[in-house]
Amino acid sequence: MVRVFDAGQYDCIVVGAGHAGCEAALASARMGVSTLVLSINLDSIAMMPCNPSIGGTGKGHLVKEIDALGGEMGINIDKSFLQSKMLNSSKGPAVHSLRAQADKNQYHREMKRVMENTENLYVKQGEVKEIVIENGKPVGVITQTGAFYKSNVIVLATGTYLGSKIFIGDAIINSGPNGLAASYDLVENMKAHDIELRRFKTGTPARVDARTLDYDQMEIQWGDKDYELFSFMHDHIALDELPCWLTYTNTRTHEVILSNLDKSGMFTGTIEGTGPRYCPSIETKLIRFTDKERHQLFIEPEGRDTNEMYVQGMSTSMAEDVQLAFMRTIPGMQRVEIMRPAYAIEYDCVNPLDLTLSLEFKKIPNLFSAGQFNGSSGYEEAAAQGLIAGINAALRVKGEAPFILDRSEAYIGVLIDDLVTKGTDEPYRMMTSRSEYRLLLRQDNADLRLTEKGRQIGLVTDERYHRFKTKMEMINNEMSRISKVILKMDDLNRVLGALELPEVNQGVKMIDILKRTEIFYHHLSDIDYTRPEDLTKDVIKQIEVTIKYEGYIKKQLQQVEKFKALEEKKLPEDIDYYSIDSLRLEARQKLTDIKPKSIGQASRISGVSPADISVLLVYLEQYRRRGN
Amino acid sequence: MITDTIVAISTPLGEGAIGIIRMSGHQAFEIVDAFFRPASHKARVNRELVYGHIMDGDVVVDEVMVVKMAAPNTYTREPIVEINCHGGIIPLREILSLALRHGARLAEKGEFTQRAFLNGRIDLAQAESVMDLISAKTRRGFDLALNQLEGYLSSRVRSIRDNLIALMAQIEVGIDYPEEDIEDITYHEISAQLMVSSEQISKLLENANNGKIIREGLKTVIVGKPNVGKSSLMNALLRDSRAIVTEIAGTTRDLIEEFLNIGGIPIKLVDTAGIRDTEDIVEKIGVERSKGVFNEADLVIFMLNASESITDEDLQIMELVKEKHAIVLINKTDLPQMIDEAVINEHLHDKKIIRISIEKEIGLVDVEKAIQEMVFSNQIDYNQNELVSNSRHIDLLKKALVHCNEAYSATSNQMPYDFIEVDIKDAILYLGQITGESVEKDLLNNIFSNFCLGK
Repeated sequence: MVRVFDAGQYDCIVVGAGHAGCEAALASARMGVSTLVLSINLDSIAMMPCNPSIGGTGKGHLVKEIDALGGEMGINIDKSFLQSKMLNSSKGPAVHSLRAQADKNQYHREMKRVMENTENLYVKQGEVKEIVIENGKPVGVITQTGAFYKSNVIVLATGTYLGSKIFIGDAIINSGPNGLAASYDLVENMKAHDIELRRFKTGTPARVDARTLDYDQMEIQWGDKDYELFSFMHDHIALDELPCWLTYTNTRTHEVILSNLDKSGMFTGTIEGTGPRYCPSIETKLIRFTDKERHQLFIEPEGRDTNEMYVQGMSTSMAEDVQLAFMRTIPGMQRVEIMRPAYAIEYDCVNPLDLTLSLEFKKIPNLFSAGQFNGSSGYEEAAAQGLIAGINAALRVKGEAPFILDRSEAYIGVLIDDLVTKGTDEPYRMMTSRSEYRLLLRQDNADLRLTEKGRQIGLVTDERYHRFKTKMEMINNEMSRISKVILKMDDLNRVLGALELPEVNQGVKMIDILKRTEIFYHHLSDIDYTRPEDLTKDVIKQIEVTIKYEGYIKKQLQQVEKFKALEEKKLPEDIDYYSIDSLRLEARQKLTDIKPKSIGQASRISGVSPADISVLLVYLEQYRRRGN
Repeated sequence: MITDTIVAISTPLGEGAIGIIRMSGHQAFEIVDAFFRPASHKARVNRELVYGHIMDGDVVVDEVMVVKMAAPNTYTREPIVEINCHGGIIPLREILSLALRHGARLAEKGEFTQRAFLNGRIDLAQAESVMDLISAKTRRGFDLALNQLEGYLSSRVRSIRDNLIALMAQIEVGIDYPEEDIEDITYHEISAQLMVSSEQISKLLENANNGKIIREGLKTVIVGKPNVGKSSLMNALLRDSRAIVTEIAGTTRDLIEEFLNIGGIPIKLVDTAGIRDTEDIVEKIGVERSKGVFNEADLVIFMLNASESITDEDLQIMELVKEKHAIVLINKTDLPQMIDEAVINEHLHDKKIIRISIEKEIGLVDVEKAIQEMVFSNQIDYNQNELVSNSRHIDLLKKALVHCNEAYSATSNQMPYDFIEVDIKDAILYLGQITGESVEKDLLNNIFSNFCLGK
C-alpha cells in the first residue's frame, strides 16, 4: 500500500485532460472556482489520438457552439490549423459544416499554454486510482503516488484510458491510446462504487512516413481559399496551408486483406467491445460491401514539424506486416513505411442513462462525467460534454441551478439529451440528421443562439460580448434598411437580365427581391446605393438566410414552441412511478430508471407511449393540486 | 399537445335518429366555420342551436344543427362545438373526416375528460378514473394496432415509408458524409421518388374515400354445407343493406369479402362460399381456422338446409360453431321440411335460430335485427374504435401526402437538400404514426447498412 498524504483542497477536480477534461477545467476555473485538473501525462493534454482534424458535419456545429458559450476548442484550432474547408457548401445553410486539419502538436501546446495560464486552474500530472466517496458524495481523489486531493465536486473525463486494451493482429496490449499508460485501478474503484461499466471499441488507422509516399500518384486536396475560422473572436488568421492527398484501394489491396482475415483482431473474436457503425475498419468495409471495387483514402498531415501522415479510411486491427503489405498495393504508397501501426482499442465507459441532463451521476450527486467515457466518440462531442459538465460542476460549487441546453437550442442539447435519455449502443457520433430543428441550429448562427447564455454563466468575456453586441446591432440596422430601400426597376432589370431571370415591372423592396432563391447580396452591390461599407460577410449571411428561408424557419419555430411547452412541464424528482397504476409496466420501469426532468424528456424515452404521457399529464396536475 | 383541437363522434354507434360530433380546442370555431354553412346569416349567439348544412366543397354532406359554446363555461373549459347530424355511420364519418381535414385531431379515448380535468373543470377525486380511462384505451388500442399491423393498410404504408426512408438516407448520406466516395442524389431522382410515393399515398386515400380501406368491421363468417344458400344470403344482405363497397379478394385467397352496413354497424362479411364446393367443407373450415379467419370472426352465421336432414358434416360444423357468437339460419323453409330442429337445439342450445327463405325473401329482416341485437346488447364486444382508427389513418395519410407534395415542390424549386428533407421527414413521421415506428433509428440503420462509410 502506498502511503496516502494530504495534497490540498480544491473546489473542483477534473480527472483527465483530453478534449472533455480541458473544456471542463477551463470552464470551471473561468467561472471563479478553484479547479485542479489531473492527467496521466501532461504531454498528452488535448492530445488527438486519432484523426488530425477538428469539425466536420455536425461536429463543426458543436465547435461553433462551444466557442459561442466561451469554450476553448474553436480558438485553439484557429491557432493551429493547416487547412480548412466548409463542407456541404453546395447544400443548404443548415448543413454547412466547417472542418479544419490540425497540427496536432501545436494544438496540444496551445491548449496546454492556455490551461497553465488560466487563473484558478492548477494543472498536475497524476493517475487517479481512487475516487473517495463518503455518505454517497465524493470528497476527493487519491493518485497512484498517494496524493489525496480533496474536493466535493469531481468531473470524470477519462476518455478511452479506463481498462483499455489495444489490438494489433493477434497482439493484445494493455495500454491506453497511442501507447500511453491506461488506468486499471480506477476501474476496480468504480465497480466498488457500483458504477456500471460497459465495453466499447474504436480504432485508428496507421501513420506513415511522408518521405515514403509518392504524391504524384495521388490527387492533391487543398482547403478553401477563402477559409472561415471557427472562433467568433477571430476575423482573420494568416495561413501557410498544407495539402492533403487522395488515393484509392484496388482489387489487389482487397485480396491481401481478405486472405489475411485470420490476422485481424476484429475477426478472430478477441475483441468484445461494441464498435461504431460509422467507422468500420477496412476489413469490415470489404466484407459488408463486397461490390465496392475501391475505397478512398485521404492522406493527411499530422503537423508541420513531423513526417507522420494519417491514412484516413484505413482503420484496421490487422497484423502490422499485413497492414504494410496491403498499403503497398495502393498508388503512391508502394514503398510506404509505417511509423505507427493502426490499432483497435477497447475501453470501459459508463451507461449514459445513469447520468442527468447536467451530466451528473444520478446515484452519486456532485460526481459529473463527460466525454468518451460517457459513450460518445470524437473530440468535439467530448469537448461539448466537458464544457457542460465543467459549467455544472462550477454551478454546483456556487450553489446555483444547473445549466441545460435543450434540443431546440443547440446540437450540444441534442447530443446530451440523446445520450442520457435514449442511451447508446455504440460510440455516439454527432450527425446533423439527429437534430429535429436543423434549420434553426445552424453553424452560422451559433453565436446568436448562445452568446447571451454564455454571458449569463460568466464564460463570455467583455471583449466577446462587445463584438457580439456590435454584430447584432449591425444585423438589426441592415434588416431595417433593406425593408425600406426600394431598388429601381431599371437597375433591377439590368441585374435580372444578366442572370437571365424574368424582369420586374416596377421598383421592388430589397428585402423582397432577396427572397428569391437565385438572388444574393453580391448581385445587387452596384444598384444598392445606400449599402453600409462595413457590412461583414457574416452579417450578410445571417440576413440572406433569414429572408430566403423564412417560411421554413417559421415552421420550425412553431414546432419548437410545441416542443418547449412539453419541456416546461417539469416532473418532480420524487415521483413514485410504480404507484401510478395506469402507466404500463415498461413505462414505470423506464421512468424510474431515467428520472426525466420534464414531460418532454419523458416522451423521448423508448418504451414510454403517448398514452403514458397523457397519464403523466393528469398525474402531474393531480400532484400539483395536492401539493398546493 | 394541449393546444390542438380534438374531435370525436360522441354518440354510440348505431342507427340513431341523430348523431353528435363534438370538437374541443381553441380552433374549434374556426374549423367548423370552414365546412358549416348556416342557413341564415343572422349573427350567431353563443350556445344557440344554428340550422344549416355541412359542406364538402360545393357538395352538401348533411343537414345539421350546430351549437358553439365559448370558453370557459364548457365541459373542457375550451371552446366546444357540437354538430347534431343524422345518425348512422356515413354522415358521422364524413363530418368527422371534414373536421380532421380542417385541422382537428382525432381525440383519444377519455381526452375530453382529461382536458376537463387539466383545465380545472373536474375535481381531484376523479383524477384516478381519468387516468384509468386513458390507459384502458391504450390496451385496447394496442391490441387493435397489432391487428392492423398484419393488415393490408400497414403493409402498404410500411412500404411507402420504407421507400421514403431510403430516399432520405440517400440525401442524408451526402450531407453527413460529403467526402465519401458516394454520388450525391440528383434533384431529378428525388422528384421521381417523391412522385411515386405521392401517387401511392393518393391511391390509398382514394380507396379510403371509397370505403375500401375499411377493412375493419364486425368480422362475420357464413358457414354451411355446399348449396345451403350462403352466396344467396350474402347477395340478399348486400342488396338489402347499404353496401359500403364490394371487393373481390385477391387471387391468393378463395374467400369473398364484402363490406356492408347493417343498422349502422360496419360489417365485414366473409363468405366461405368462395371455397370450391367440391372440397370437404369441414376440412376447409379447419384450414380457415388455421388461417385464423374462422377463429377471428366476431360472429358466425351457420346455415342449414330445411329440406334436408342433418348430416354428419352439419354436426361437425356445429361442434366448431359452439364456442362462437353465432346465429343459426335454417334456409329454404319454403320447401318441404326434412330437418329436425331438436338436434340443433341439443347441440346449439344457446344460439338464436331463425327460419328464413332467401328465395321467397322471408326472414331477412330478422337476421339483420338479430345481428344488431347481439352488438347493442354487448353480447359481442365491439365498439367504434375500429372505425375511428380508420379515420385517424386517413387523417395521417392526408398529412403525409401534403408533406410529400411540399417536398416535391421544394425539389422542383431546387431548394437546398436540407430544406427538402424537412418535409420528407414529416411525411415519414406521419406514416410512422400509422405503423408505430420512429424515424431516427430506421434512418441511421438504412444509412449504415447501405453505404460504406468511415475513417
